Amino acid sequence: MLEIKDLHASVEDKEILKGINLEVKAGEVHAIMGPNGSGKSTLASVIAGKEEFEVTKGSVSLEGEDLEEVAPEERAHKGVFLSFQYPVEIPGVSVTNFMKTAINESRKAKGLEDMPAKDMLKLIREKSELLEIDRKFLSRSLNEGFSGGEKKRNEIFQMAMLEPKVAILDETDSGLDIDALRIVANGVNKLKSKDNAVIVITHYQRLLDYIVPDFVHVLHNGKIVKSGGKELAMELEEKGYDWIKQEATV
Amino acid sequence: MAYTEDDLKKELETQEYEYGFYTNIESDTFPKGLNEDIVRAISKKKNEPDWMTEWRLDAYRIWEQMEEPEWANVRYEKPDFQAISYYSAPKQADPNKSMDDVDPELLEMYRKLGISVDEQKRLQNVAVDIVVDSVSVATTFKKTLAEKGIIFMPISEAIQEHPELVKKYMGTVVPKTDNFYAALNSAVFTDGSFCYIPKGVKCPMELSTYFRINEGGTGQFERTLVIADESSYVSYLEGCTAPSRDENQLHAAVVELIALDDAEIKYSTVQNWFPGNKEGQGGVYNFVTKRGLCEKNSKISWTQVETGSAVTWKYPSCILKGDNSVGEFYSIAVTNNYQQADTGTKMVHLGKNTRSTIISKGISAGKSQNSYRGLVQVNSRAENARNFSQCDSLLMGNECGAHTFPYIEAKNKSAQIEHEATTSKIGEDQIFYCNQRGIDTEKAIALIVNGFSKEVLNKLPMEFAVEAQKLLEISLEGSVG
Ligand SMILES: Nc1ncnc2c1ncn2[C@@H]1O[C@H](COP(=O)(O)OP(=O)(O)OP(=O)(O)O)[C@@H](O)[C@H]1O
Ligand SMILES: [Mg+2]
Repeated sequence: MLEIKDLHASVEDKEILKGINLEVKAGEVHAIMGPNGSGKSTLASVIAGKEEFEVTKGSVSLEGEDLEEVAPEERAHKGVFLSFQYPVEIPGVSVTNFMKTAINESRKAKGLEDMPAKDMLKLIREKSELLEIDRKFLSRSLNEGFSGGEKKRNEIFQMAMLEPKVAILDETDSGLDIDALRIVANGVNKLKSKDNAVIVITHYQRLLDYIVPDFVHVLHNGKIVKSGGKELAMELEEKGYDWIKQEATV
Repeated sequence: MAYTEDDLKKELETQEYEYGFYTNIESDTFPKGLNEDIVRAISKKKNEPDWMTEWRLDAYRIWEQMEEPEWANVRYEKPDFQAISYYSAPKQADPNKSMDDVDPELLEMYRKLGISVDEQKRLQNVAVDIVVDSVSVATTFKKTLAEKGIIFMPISEAIQEHPELVKKYMGTVVPKTDNFYAALNSAVFTDGSFCYIPKGVKCPMELSTYFRINEGGTGQFERTLVIADESSYVSYLEGCTAPSRDENQLHAAVVELIALDDAEIKYSTVQNWFPGNKEGQGGVYNFVTKRGLCEKNSKISWTQVETGSAVTWKYPSCILKGDNSVGEFYSIAVTNNYQQADTGTKMVHLGKNTRSTIISKGISAGKSQNSYRGLVQVNSRAENARNFSQCDSLLMGNECGAHTFPYIEAKNKSAQIEHEATTSKIGEDQIFYCNQRGIDTEKAIALIVNGFSKEVLNKLPMEFAVEAQKLLEISLEGSVG
């Protein structure tokens, strides 16, 4: 589904991703872990098409299509979703209005009419229930004054609304309290199917107890230095990253 | 393909001004230039009574002694007042005609502008008094309004039919001596609207006027007078677009509002005159004097969405004369390319317990300059006056400017004046966030701008708010931050 080959990316002439290889098949869950500053969010941004980062080598393709020339919004239309580590605020634009615009823009790109208001409402109702979001919350300005946890839950609400093919969750667990973590993880699990894939970026094993990964990768200094099954996450939790860093430098 | 800023810029350059077309209507136009004879000729053309002719001549003499003001933060080539023709009327105009008799070309123009003068407006409860160039072509719903005793007609008709009201109120809020453009307007105004709401009457529909500029090189000098008698209410909408032109067109309107005791006037404007091309050529010069007078317990709200004009000089103001009166000013001013806007308000607190609110949203893009200029004045006798001002600026790109000039003059110690100001930029992160959700950059900007302007858009009547939102999008197309 998503294929990343020897991906190099830099910002302001500083190379951050230094040759990433990753294949994510439909139905799979991949976890990406790794120390601060190792390039996890950068990888997520590059997959989503952020132009700030220059891809100097390698490729990202979705269902066989090279994404190099594909604008971020078109990637979204094709089913790429990024739950941001730091969601931005858009004052004066309600969550509902934002979602309505996002959905209708995607539909427009596919040559479809706007979603009828009735269906939109139904969808909003259904997905807000899934994530146990109070609907009053949805008329607030997007992310403005949201608590850290609220922002993250709202990201997953958007994911639920948009039903992407590949969802990248960048530290969605950070900032969530124990109950919220369970709710959000359950939401993600419910959205998972054999036709889509999830990449979770996290620092903690805890999330992976809920969203169980098929593969765990460790990113260090712009490269995937180790891959394994879910037991790798437990090992990291126990031992930290030092042993991996050492292995990598050998 | 990735859609870049450059692509957007190209698109904007090739994009014709949406409403920029020129309708070929035969006009009866005066020779260029201004002198006492021209003023007399205008008055004669309109069959005006002597007192009106004298009033105009007096204004003309005052104007002759005045200098064009220089204090605004705008730069432009001064209009040559002798190169303007001061009267132009569509030949076939006749106020007694029905819409069926109206020049089909005119109707086509309205259609292009998306203005329906027909059943649709009736359904939407909007009465329309259309001004093409200088003479009213059609007045609708007069009858419905007349049943309530509401007078809504071209000011030229009001001068004939209700001289006592015109004589009593015209020039009382904006005197002939007020400023250069107001004096000029007083001398040469050719049309505009007149509205009178009798005591205790709530006007059942939104009154609306559309102004156009249609004849090359013709200035427009409308005069609007709205009087809300005691305990009455009226909501008045004004909107305009103009055909695109090469040379600058001068527009100097005067709007006077009078809210008598316990009355309320809402005056909303959506303005979209040709702003000039991307090099800053052409475009309308818009020098407007708008002012309202509030008597006891009355309220005047100005709401404006300004997206057009090359140069805008406009300060809708309130004189809060009566105790407990309320003045409000809600404004969105958008400038793009080389547009310059110097706009704001004056709230003059004379009465006790008077309150005013100012919400100004300035959006600048391209190489434009957007200035807010506001004066809050509290007179020594205005006990417990209160003002709240909020001026927010949104910048797109690095070549535009936003300026705020708030002036406060408080002569009474009990005054409470609050001023808040913010400046923000549309961030790349905000745009990327929208992009990531499938919203392209153009639409993302529209969304962010609408969010920024929401407090003001919410003050507009429904049908106008939709139109205004569209205008914001059109005027900012291609201006990526
Ligand atoms: N726009 C930028 N300009 C300069 N350096 C950048 C930029 N974006 C990222 N970097 C650098 O790239 C490196 C990788 O950053 P990234 O955000 O991808 O790390 P991360 O693995 O997500 O870390 P964390 O676990 O703290 O979220 C860091 O050293 C960061 O400072
Ligand atoms: Mg990160």
